[in-house]
Amino acid sequence: MGKYILKRIILIPLMLLCSTFVIFCLVNISPTDPALIILGSDATPEAAAQLRSEMGLDKPLLVQYANYIVDAVHGDLGTSYFTKNAVVDEIMARVPTTLKLTFGGIIFAMIIGIPLGIICAVRQYSWVDNIVTTVAMFLAAMPTFWLALLLMLYFAMYLGWFPVMGTDDGVKSFVLPILTAAFPYIGHYLRYTRSSMLDTIRQDYVTTARAKGNTERTVILGHALRNALLPLVTITGLYIAGLMSNAVVVENVFALPGIGLLVLESIKKKDIPMVLGCIIFLATVFLIITLVMDVLYAYLDPRIKAAYMKAKKAGKKKAPQEKEA
Amino acid sequence: MNEKLLEIKDLHIQYVTDEEVVYALNGINFSIRRGEAMALVGETGAGKTTTAMSILRLLPKYTGKVKQGEILLEGTDLLKATDKEMQDIRGRRISMIFQDPMTSLNPVIPIGKQIGEVIALHHKKMGKAEVENKVEEILNLVGIPAHRKVEYPHQFSGGMKQRVIIAIAIACNPELLIADEPTTALDVTIQAQVLKMINNLRKEFNTAVLLITHDLGIVANFCDSVAIMYAGEIIEQGTLEDIFDHSRGHHPYTVGLFGSIPSISDHKDRLSPIPGLMPDPTDLPKGCKFHTRCPHCMEKCKEGEVPTFVQGTHQIKCHLMQGQATDGGV
Repeated sequence: MGKYILKRIILIPLMLLCSTFVIFCLVNISPTDPALIILGSDATPEAAAQLRSEMGLDKPLLVQYANYIVDAVHGDLGTSYFTKNAVVDEIMARVPTTLKLTFGGIIFAMIIGIPLGIICAVRQYSWVDNIVTTVAMFLAAMPTFWLALLLMLYFAMYLGWFPVMGTDDGVKSFVLPILTAAFPYIGHYLRYTRSSMLDTIRQDYVTTARAKGNTERTVILGHALRNALLPLVTITGLYIAGLMSNAVVVENVFALPGIGLLVLESIKKKDIPMVLGCIIFLATVFLIITLVMDVLYAYLDPRIKAAYMKAKKAGKKKAPQEKEA
Repeated sequence: MNEKLLEIKDLHIQYVTDEEVVYALNGINFSIRRGEAMALVGETGAGKTTTAMSILRLLPKYTGKVKQGEILLEGTDLLKATDKEMQDIRGRRISMIFQDPMTSLNPVIPIGKQIGEVIALHHKKMGKAEVENKVEEILNLVGIPAHRKVEYPHQFSGGMKQRVIIAIAIACNPELLIADEPTTALDVTIQAQVLKMINNLRKEFNTAVLLITHDLGIVANFCDSVAIMYAGEIIEQGTLEDIFDHSRGHHPYTVGLFGSIPSISDHKDRLSPIPGLMPDPTDLPKGCKFHTRCPHCMEKCKEGEVPTFVQGTHQIKCHLMQGQATDGGV
């Protein structure tokens, strides 16, 4: 297992290299001249040319890319065209906001969505199930920006419980954004948990558990749930990525200084190093989350774990099993 | 030995869905004594598994409906027991070996824990170490090395999984063991081992066994009494001798069943199978359920209830028996 994780960690920089190359090329294809962005469109051609050569933009694309990567490995993702601050510093200053929003959202969605999904599956076709699944469908179908505005109108403007925007009020200022981000995913989690659970409670081993004399509670929570949650692990990885991209909208509406807002502003201003830096950051986070989910999956399902370890075991024939962490 | 451990009286079970009603059991009666091995024989869809599931009250929650009847365990009606009473009975007094070993074990729990669970459930005072000892003891009993208790179901072969399921079923020395086609999914060599194991337990603990099967060979080797099911009814039951003695009168369906078995000693060019298929359980024929396929069908078979004729321990539900046996009523 340790070897497998190590292999996956080694792969991360390689995948990052590929993705940065694609992004770097795409950004360079766009018909914008960084020199003109910095100096303004009324700059003299001589001044622009001088700046370009200072920034190394007159070199071939591959050389530019290589330089960028060498700097990146040293922790330097360039400087913003506008603020003149290091991109890394700008991103790091905004990371906590986005992470709070994303993980707050996913945790909230799980806490509400998964238990409701279980209840709906256990009481399939009851009125609880019908009402909850219908509401969940509405939640999943609501556009984020519209929901954000509604919540803002009612809870911030009308009731005044929460600040309308910004992060000046600490925890309070995150309540509405997290709710907005989480709502669609409550619906997703609920529907996914419900169908996964329905599938599981029809399995023979659940009948076995019941035939042992277990209480219904143990049958559902002790035997069915863990099996039903397995597919949810993979989905959670995808949902986190989804929430992060949704953060662009949520941060924009609530004016939260996070990565999403930064990306959006940078794209508008054609602040190329900033855009590149943000995308690299998001790609890294996504790769790490995928890795964590895969490891978690193997931890939860002994069959997957066995498949990972098969290569290692081949050769040794039927050695007594050693438990690995 | 003579006391009735389990008695089923006039049990009717239907599977009700929006589209249709499946008449799974239509008034079955039988009883099992302590230590007795009884076989429930019949074609696929005859209602054997429904009978087994209804005893443990494990029928599908929304569709399986008990319409009528009683299931008496030493006189108490299981159909009227509370959920809590049922939970105490399941696994401790009545346990079940399931049909498919491949899917009947929880894939994410080590087998030792799955066996230990049932022991801990019914022996609340037992400490952790004691439970572990008991698990190892039972694993040895079913022929699995005790050190493999930390392994997961996917690490075992089909026959080994069936042993684990048997271990779970016998862990609390139940009074009644229901074995639902315990050997159908297994190789012939393993079949014999599994049956031998169940038989040993029966002798050791005086456990009654309800063996559900469609293999008459197993029945002949293993059981004391036999009930033959057809379309949700028991059409013939009696001791092993009653059923397997070809010189006696039998239900035409039983005759057909035996006619469908190839024999090594007799020379036959062709088997004589029963023509046709079992009737659709959503639309059963009136009168005798077998009359559509019966070679001896009479006018009176097509209407009304068929009486059960009793001769000693032998009961047959067929008009042909009239005159040969005394009328035991319906």
